[in-house]
Amino acid sequence: MSILEVKNLKTYFFTPFGTVKAVDGVSFEMKKGQAIGLVGESGCGKTTIAYSIMRLVPLPGKIVDGEILLNGKNILEIEEKDFKKYRWKELSMVFQGAMAAFNPLFKIGNQISEAMLYHIDITKKDAMKRSGELLELVGIDKDRVNNYPWELSGGMRQRAMIAMALAANPTILVADEPTTALDVIVSGQIMDLIKSVRDKLDLTMLLITHDISVVAQTCDEVAVMYAGKLVEKASVSEIFQNSYHPYTTALINAFPNIKGPNIDLKGIPGNPLDLMNPPEGCRFAERCLYAKENCWVDEPHLEALENNHFVACHYWKEISMRK
Amino acid sequence: MEPLVIVKDLTKLYDLRGNFFESLFSREQRYLKAVDKISFKIMPGETFGLVGESGCGKTTTGRLLINTIRPTSGQVFFEGTNLSTVHDRETIKSLSLKMQMIFQDPYEYLSPWLNVEDTLAEPLIIHKILPANQIENKVREVMETVGLTPVDMILPKFSYQLSGGQRQRVGIARALMLNPIFLVADEPVSMLDVSIRVGVLNLLKRLKKQFNLTSLFITHDIAVSRYMCDRIAVMYLGKIVEMGPTEAIISDPKHPYTQALIAAVPVPDPDIRNEEIPIKGRIPSSGVNLPPGCRFSPRCPYSDKCNATEPELVEIDKDRFVMCHLVQKK
Repeated sequence: MSILEVKNLKTYFFTPFGTVKAVDGVSFEMKKGQAIGLVGESGCGKTTIAYSIMRLVPLPGKIVDGEILLNGKNILEIEEKDFKKYRWKELSMVFQGAMAAFNPLFKIGNQISEAMLYHIDITKKDAMKRSGELLELVGIDKDRVNNYPWELSGGMRQRAMIAMALAANPTILVADEPTTALDVIVSGQIMDLIKSVRDKLDLTMLLITHDISVVAQTCDEVAVMYAGKLVEKASVSEIFQNSYHPYTTALINAFPNIKGPNIDLKGIPGNPLDLMNPPEGCRFAERCLYAKENCWVDEPHLEALENNHFVACHYWKEISMRK
Repeated sequence: MEPLVIVKDLTKLYDLRGNFFESLFSREQRYLKAVDKISFKIMPGETFGLVGESGCGKTTTGRLLINTIRPTSGQVFFEGTNLSTVHDRETIKSLSLKMQMIFQDPYEYLSPWLNVEDTLAEPLIIHKILPANQIENKVREVMETVGLTPVDMILPKFSYQLSGGQRQRVGIARALMLNPIFLVADEPVSMLDVSIRVGVLNLLKRLKKQFNLTSLFITHDIAVSRYMCDRIAVMYLGKIVEMGPTEAIISDPKHPYTQALIAAVPVPDPDIRNEEIPIKGRIPSSGVNLPPGCRFSPRCPYSDKCNATEPELVEIDKDRFVMCHLVQKK
C-alpha cells in the first residue's frame, strides 16, 4: 500500500508575464520505507513538487489540479489550520540552503523543540534534551543546542536542519537539494549522514537533486523530470543499466566519472526550456537526437513497461535497440 | 621545452587589521595566508588544474598568474618575464594581450549595458588591434568558433536575454578575441545547468587543440579536472598538498586530503558502493590561525602527531609531488 500518492499534480505560477507551468501533470507514488530520487535541471519543477507536497507553494504559485493522497486522504482538501498537524509530523522537509531556513534570532535547540512542542506531548525541558540527542544523531555536539544558527558552519547548519526535520518522528522526509550550497567534502559527508539516518529510522524519503549520481548511492527509485513533466521512472539499478528516455541517458552521461575509463562525454544540445510557452508535442523534442516529425505534434505519455519501469517517449524501443 | 609559466614560492597575504587606525593601534599582525609559498610550472599546450574546496586559494592563484593582483612575495614568470617586476604600461599591455581569464559566474560579469556585439568588440577597440571595418568579421568568426549560433540572432542580444550556457560562451568568446596563448578558467561550469556543462567543457577542450592554448583550469570538482587536465595540483589552505599527472593521482592518490576529495565524488553506479569519506570536520574558515606543523593534521585520519614540523612538497616519484610526512620517497 502506498503511503503517498501524487496524482496528476499541476502547479502553475501566475506571473504578470504569463503562466509558468512549473509542474504539469505529474503522478507518482511512494511505498513505506522507500526512497525516491527526483532528478532534473534547475527550473524543471522538482522543488515546486516538494513545496506542493508540503503545501507551501509561494505566491503567485497555485496548485490548480490534481490530488496528493497521504494514506489515502487528499491533503489538498484539508483546511490550512488542520494541515499544521501534518507538517513536521507526517511530512517534513529539509530545505535547500540551510542558511536561510533557520531564524537567526532563536537558538538551534529552541527551533528544533518547536516542532516537538507542537506535535508531541512533551515538556520544554525534555524537548530541549531530545533536541540535543537529535543533534548527536546527526553528528553535532549536543551542547550546540544553545548556539544561534549563525554560530554554526554551513555543513553543521545543514546537519541541524536534518535534525529539525526529524524532530517530530516524521513518516515522510522531503529533502530538497540538501547539499547544493556546500563544499565538496562536506556535501559527501551530508549524503553519508542522510543514508545512515534513513537506514536507522526507516524513513520514506523523497530526495530532490540535480545530480543523478547522488541518487545512485541513496535511493531505491529514480524519477526524472524535464520541463514540468516526468519523463522516466524506474528502480535505481534498472535506470543506470537500461535508461530508455534520451534525456535520462544524456543526464547519466553528463557527469565526468571519477572511476572507470575517462571517456569523452556528449553534452545535450540546446538550452533548458522556457516553461512560459512550452511546445505542443514532446517537450524534449528540440534537444533530442532521435526526434521525428510526430514528436513535435504528439505529446508522449508515461507508459508502463515491465519491471515497474515507466517512460514517456514515442521511440524508446527503437532508441534502446540502437544503443 | 621551456615552461610557459613558472611559479616560484608565490605568496599572497591579506592584511586583516582593516582600517588605518586599527593598523596603528593593534599590536599583533594578523594576516590571511591566501596562497602560501607555492611553486609549479605549466608547459606550453598543457592544461594544468588547481583543485580544492572554497577558500583554499585557487582563485587567488589564478589572479596572481594573470597579474591582476600582485603577490606579497615570490615570482611568476610568463615566457621568462618576471611579472612582479614589470611596471611600464606598454609591457603590461602587451602581456595582458596574451593572457585572458574566464570567470565563474556569467550572470554577473557581463555588462548588462552592452549587447553581445559590443561586449566582444570592446577588447579589440581598446587594444586597437584591428581597423574598425574588420571588427565585425572577427566578432562573427569567434562567435562561430564558440558555437554562438545563429550569429545574426545573438549579436544584438543583451546578456539578460541569453541562457546560462550562451552567456558563458560569450565569456569564452570575449577571452578569445585577442588571440591569447594562456587562459585562466576559474570554475567555468560550476554555475551552469547540468545538461549544458559538458557542452562548455567540450568547447574548452576543442579550443585548446585548435589554438594550442595553455591553460590553468580552476575547479572544486576533481572529476571535472580529470576530464579536462593533463596535470593537477590539489590545494589545501593555501598550499599545494599533491601535484602530478591527473590519471596517476586519481588512480593512486597519496595525500589523505586527495583521497578524501576523490571519495566524496558520488559514483553514478548503484553497484559500486561509495567509500566512506575518511576525513572528519571541515576546512578551517580561513588561513589566519593555521594549526602548527602540517596544516592538515587536525583532520588527518592517519596521524595527529604531525604538528611539530610542516612537511615539504617533495617529489616521491617521477613528476609526483606530495606534501606529507607519512608518504615515503621511493
